[in-house]
Formats: sequence, C-alpha cells, structure tokens
Amino acid sequence: MVADARPDSDSHDPLVVMEGVNKHFGELHVLRDIDLTVGRGEVVVVIGPSGSGKSTLCRCINRLEPIGSGRITIDGVALPEEGKGLAKLRADVGMVFQSFNLFAHKTVLQNVTLGPIKVRKLSKDEARERGMKLLQRVGIAEKADRYPAELSGGQQQRAAIARALAMEPKLMLFDEPTSALDPEMIKEVLDVMVELATEGTTMVVVTHEMGFARSAAQRVAFMDGGRIVEIATPQRFFDHPETDRAKDFLSKILAH
Amino acid sequence: MSVVFDNLDIFLEGMRRTLELSVLSFILAFILGIVVAALRVSPVPPLRWASATYVEMVRNTPLLVLMFVVVFAFPSIGFTYSYFASAVIVLTAYTATFVGETVRSGINAVSTGQAEAARAIGLTFPQSLRLVVMPQALRTVVGPLGGIFIALLKNSGVAVAINVPELTSAATQLGTDTAQFIPAFLGAAAAYLLLTIPSGFATNWLERRVAIKR
Ligand SMILES: Nc1ncnc2c1ncn2[C@@H]1O[C@H](COP(=O)(O)OP(=O)(O)O)[C@@H](O)[C@H]1O
Ligand SMILES: [Mg+2]
Repeated sequence: MVADARPDSDSHDPLVVMEGVNKHFGELHVLRDIDLTVGRGEVVVVIGPSGSGKSTLCRCINRLEPIGSGRITIDGVALPEEGKGLAKLRADVGMVFQSFNLFAHKTVLQNVTLGPIKVRKLSKDEARERGMKLLQRVGIAEKADRYPAELSGGQQQRAAIARALAMEPKLMLFDEPTSALDPEMIKEVLDVMVELATEGTTMVVVTHEMGFARSAAQRVAFMDGGRIVEIATPQRFFDHPETDRAKDFLSKILAH
Repeated sequence: MSVVFDNLDIFLEGMRRTLELSVLSFILAFILGIVVAALRVSPVPPLRWASATYVEMVRNTPLLVLMFVVVFAFPSIGFTYSYFASAVIVLTAYTATFVGETVRSGINAVSTGQAEAARAIGLTFPQSLRLVVMPQALRTVVGPLGGIFIALLKNSGVAVAINVPELTSAATQLGTDTAQFIPAFLGAAAAYLLLTIPSGFATNWLERRVAIKR
C-alpha cells in the first residue's frame, strides 16, 4: 500500500520524481514500488526502522546505487548511465553522509574547493573565496587549514555540508547526518540544516530528529520494509499516524 | 680480505651502477605499477582482465627467464636493445607487477566512503581515483613499496647474466681475475647491505612524513 496523499507538497514544480522504483540487493527486495515527488524548495524527511531502505532510497536519487526498475528524474532529466553525464548530474545533487567522508588527505578548505575547481572549473581564487564564505556560514572558518581528523564530529559534518553546498546544488540529500554525533554536537549541525531549509533549499533528509522534522519539513515519509508506508505533514504524521506500523515505530522512538 | 680493500673502486663503481639500474627501473615500475593498479580496479572489465593477466604472467615467471626472453627472443623478432636497456625493461616489467598488487591493496584499504563522496560531488571515476583514492592509497603503502625497492636492488644482480656491469658482475669479475671468490663476494654482500639498509631507513622516514593525520 502506497499512500498517495501529498498534503502541502507544491509538486506543481517537481524537482525529483521517483516512479515505480524497485531495487534488489541479490534476493533482497530493498525498495518496493517507490513513488515520491519532491517539489522545488521542499524539505522531505524520511524516517523508518533500521533496514527499511532509507539510505538506499537516498543513494538511488544520485545513482550511487543503480535501480532495478522504475524511473527517477531530477529537474525533468532522467538519471543517465554511469559516465560523464552522470558525474555532471551528481554535481547538482549535494550529499551528506552519516560518516562525513571528508577527504582525509586534504584540509577542510581543500575539501570544499576540490569540486568547484575540478568539476565547475572555477579558478583557485574564486573557489577559495566561495569556500571561505561557506566555511564562515557553517561556523568553522578558523578550521580552514586543518585536516578532518583534527576536527570534532560536528565540525566535520558542517565541513561536509559546506563541501556539498560549494557545488551550488539544486538538491541536498542528507543520510542520517547527526546519527554519528555526540548529543552536544547534534544541535550545531541541525542549526545549519534548519537555516538551509528556511532559505528554500530542496532537501531530502533521512533523520530521526523529530524536532527538525517538525520545524523544517513540509512532509514526512515513513518507510518500512522497502515501501513508503505513509507520507504526511509532520503535524499529521507525528500526532495522528494512520498505519499501525507507523504508530508502533513512533511509540518506540518516543519511549526514551 | 685485502683483495676487497685494494679494489674498493671496483665495488664503488659496481654500487653506482646497481643504484643507477635500480633507481631507473623503480621509477618506471612505480609509474607502470600505478597504471596496472588503476586498470585493475577499473569499472571496465576488459581493462581489469588485461591488467590481471599481465600481473599473473610476469609475476609467476622467474626473473632470469624473463631476462633471457628479452635478450634472446625479442631481438629475433626485430627488437634490439642494449644490455642495459634490456635489464631495465625486465626489472621494470617484473617490479611493476609487485607495485601494482601493492597499490591495489592500498586502494582497497581506502574506505569506500571516500570514493563515494568524490563521486557525489561530481568527479568522474578517473578523477576520483586520481584526486582522492590514489593519493591516500599511496600514502598507506610507502612501507611495502620501500620493501619492493630493496628487493629490486637485490634482484638487479641477475643482470650479471647478460653482462650488464653492476655490483654482482663486478664481484664475479674480481673473483675470476684474482681467483679469490670468497672475499670478492663477501665484499659484494657488504656493498649490497650498504645500499639496502639505508633504503630501509629512508622508507621509514618517508612513511612517517607522508602519513595522513588520523
Ligand atoms: N550494498 C548492499 N548490499 C547488500 N545489501 C544491502 C546493501 N546496502 C543495504 N543493504 C540491505 O538493504 C536493506 C536496506 O538498507 P538501508 O537502505 O541501508 O536501510 P536503512 O538506511 O533504512 O537502515 C538492509 O536490509 C540492508 O542490509
Ligand atoms: Mg541508513
């Protein structure tokens, strides 16, 4: 059962469209008939139990994982096969990983300028200027010349967000960006994300941070067993979940 | 041992030649080995097969046999080189297989998240290999690469079989001329140690210098 209600989604201007997407890992059917439209400027939070396919959904959107069947378009363009065209498309889709994945052999500023220089063909000076502005914006300008391992987790994740933003992407994907962080660092990362959302950045965010979902998301998609079981506004989803699986899941994460 | 001390210049010249042969072969093997490793992890299957075939064929043939193949077989089909060039070709081809395998293990040791992050910002596969994965892989295999260089210094002695003047052939010549093989080869052993042991220290130093902060 796929909920087709799309309350509040301004999908008159869709940026990401997933239609009938299926994905297997060997025998394992990890995405089942996924239909999801993300409007331009919209923030969609994806929640659900571990193993329900949230990361895979995220990774299919920039084709880090190829899909088995169905269709995904970004800004009207179907995802191309692996190659130059796909690289070009990925440059327009920022991605933030749970484990940060900053380039370990490069300084924070070099992490942020690599894509603009090598992909966007900016001059080194332009890239550095853009990079420093972004590092300022996420509050770690003073760490520009440090290596990732010299930063705290929260600082690394903010650097990773700056690295993605430096490409001026149309869309940002976040896969549990705060799950690897100590509690006191979660807020500094969420603050940056809330600011992005407020500015109208289109975002797909896998997270269990309900505060963020309530304050920043237009819609919450609940996944279970590879399906989007329920999709609704945060208010409706958290206060009046429709399906038993969602109720069950919410009772578990709210229990502590 | 006076044979050795009276003929120090012969040993010094031999060491110089051995070093020349080994350093030149290592530089070429390093470049070729990186290409071999890059092909080995390529998304294009035929490139992977070509690289694997090369590695398995060359690595599993005795060095001396390879040497004779290049010296005798290649000229018979129209390729001729000086003996020195032949020795460089063989040592390069042989050493590149070990460099290739070592660099590949370094590539595998780089977390997949690094390559994914590189692709996620729009780098192509070759770019992410060159700019993100390879620089980290090479840093982790400096130690093993130093070991390969030391093996190459010693392996270069098989060039004696095709009359390339280097340390082993210098000792052979001296032994023949003076009929004192034991001191001549003890001298050669000492001269090899003078090359290999400092190479080990240099490797350790370099390894610490390029280590990635973790
Ligand atoms: N590369 C992979 N190979 C095989 N199975 C995978 C792979 N990645 C994820 N899976 C499996 O697919 C399912 C969904 O995984 P994932 O999308 O990571 O879920 P979530 O992010 O919701 O925890 C899980 O059962 C997981 O074990
Ligand atoms: Mg996940």
